[in-house]
Amino acid sequence: MNNKRTGEKIIYWTMRGITYSVVLFIAYILFDILINGLPAISWDFITGDPEKSGAEGGIFPAILGTLLLVVGTIVVALPLGMFSAIYLTEYAKQSKFTQSIRMAIVTLAGVPSIVFGLFGLGLFVITLDFGSSLLAGSLTLACMVLPTIIVSSEEALKSVPKYMREGSLALGATKWETIYKNVLPYALPGMLTGSILGVGRAAGETAPILLTAAAFFLPELPTSVFDQVMALPYHLYILATQHPEAQKILPMQYGTALVLLLLVVGLNFGAIIFRIRVRKKYKW
Amino acid sequence: MNKQRLRAKIIKYFLQSCGSLSIVIVLLIFLFLFKEALPFIGSPGLQELFHSVWNPVSFQKEEFGIYPLITGSILVTVLATVIAIPFGIVGAVYISEVASPKEREFLKPFIEILAGIPSVVLGFFGLVVIAPLIKQMFDLGTGLTALTGAVLLAFMAIPTIMSISEDAIKSVPAAYKEASLALGASKLETIWKVVVPAALSGIVASVMLGMGRVVGETMTVMMVTGNAPIISMNPFTSVRTMTATIAAEMGEVTIGSDHYMALFWVGLVLMLMTFILNMISYRVLKRYGIHE
Repeated sequence: MNNKRTGEKIIYWTMRGITYSVVLFIAYILFDILINGLPAISWDFITGDPEKSGAEGGIFPAILGTLLLVVGTIVVALPLGMFSAIYLTEYAKQSKFTQSIRMAIVTLAGVPSIVFGLFGLGLFVITLDFGSSLLAGSLTLACMVLPTIIVSSEEALKSVPKYMREGSLALGATKWETIYKNVLPYALPGMLTGSILGVGRAAGETAPILLTAAAFFLPELPTSVFDQVMALPYHLYILATQHPEAQKILPMQYGTALVLLLLVVGLNFGAIIFRIRVRKKYKW
Repeated sequence: MNKQRLRAKIIKYFLQSCGSLSIVIVLLIFLFLFKEALPFIGSPGLQELFHSVWNPVSFQKEEFGIYPLITGSILVTVLATVIAIPFGIVGAVYISEVASPKEREFLKPFIEILAGIPSVVLGFFGLVVIAPLIKQMFDLGTGLTALTGAVLLAFMAIPTIMSISEDAIKSVPAAYKEASLALGASKLETIWKVVVPAALSGIVASVMLGMGRVVGETMTVMMVTGNAPIISMNPFTSVRTMTATIAAEMGEVTIGSDHYMALFWVGLVLMLMTFILNMISYRVLKRYGIHE
């Protein structure tokens, strides 16, 4: 009996060990990048232009480019995803059509990011002749994050209790009035949080913009949506693998990695804080 | 009254067209991959894809055999999955059945961070930390091997496997557990002999979803697997995956050239592989009422 108990204990501890080794690995990555990246970050690094093909200077154009891509992605994908979710939760009935929409969303969520790049290259860059540009990149990223936005918006809409709709409908409001005034205000925070989490992933993506938007070095900041942009992930990729003196400029690479990580984690963190605050405000 | 009805109709059709956008995009993806890839059938001929040398830039003879790229992807994916499975599944069991609520609240978001780390950052970390480590550990000429890629990709698959397995485990009816405990089984026996088998198809589906993610991963593998297009099943050699090939070479090809079209064929094969993996896991997970 006692033997059995020791055996069980060993198994429990093994399970614990396996789980926490994943935690340790994550902590190690974050720690490594933080420790090596912090010394590289300065005001000049954040606000300066790259010099000597990225070996010195700053990364401001890359930060700006990534932010512009994120904004572009949000502007395109957020309304479309939200409307799509409203249709699926409030209007759609169980039908072949609805089922194929769901199938399409799952498929879309599984498409490899580089395939989105090929698609964006074929459709936006070549066929629609946007060229490699902010516009083409944002549209490509928007297609990629659409499923995440739809799914999380749906969840937020579903969490609004049924009686809130019924009350409004019983008072004679139309379906759209009900959705607009009695469902959306309560669902919106959840929809936004989920969407930001999705878009945060887009900020760190490299493969799709590789073919549709990014340039390693541009002498000028972009002035229109048809301009190419620099982007943090692409900048890091080139510095780490293509740069002739990749070993020597390690601090620049760590600095870029840290800024990118902070941007993505910051977006996620902001979304989660936002959700917690709003949850406290709206309760039913 | 009529005006209002018209308005309601317009709103409904507008929302419906937004809803069907996903279908349109999926169709467009297939359409454009095909459209760009199609002329290849006529000119160099489709048989050019089915052999074992990938050498698209050459003065003598350009070769577009995609076998080495497929084996490269398969090798990295299988290795990564093998590494990820124990961590993902044991972690899911631990979080859902063993951990205290407080522990759970810490573990779940922390592991989600892993899913949020940009792949290029993970690749960079692999390049400067993991690759030298593997080079030293196995006494290799270079640390840029299939194994290096697989280790990093495993950590990309773990959050997927963990969170979906956990959902599957949670959806096992409490009555199963209670019955097992009432019959005198210990908690541990109940977990591994009742709960996990009951959730097994969901767990398998989560592994397939994780594989789908790994097959499609681009930046990390491009940075750490060495990118040599050779057919090998040895984890200590450099390999080149389908994704890395597209990403690395697409920037330098002439649009409309044979090489360009060949890369779109690689994209099609990739798309098909992930599509099949996803559809199977979707079917299975639907029975549990789990959506990604």
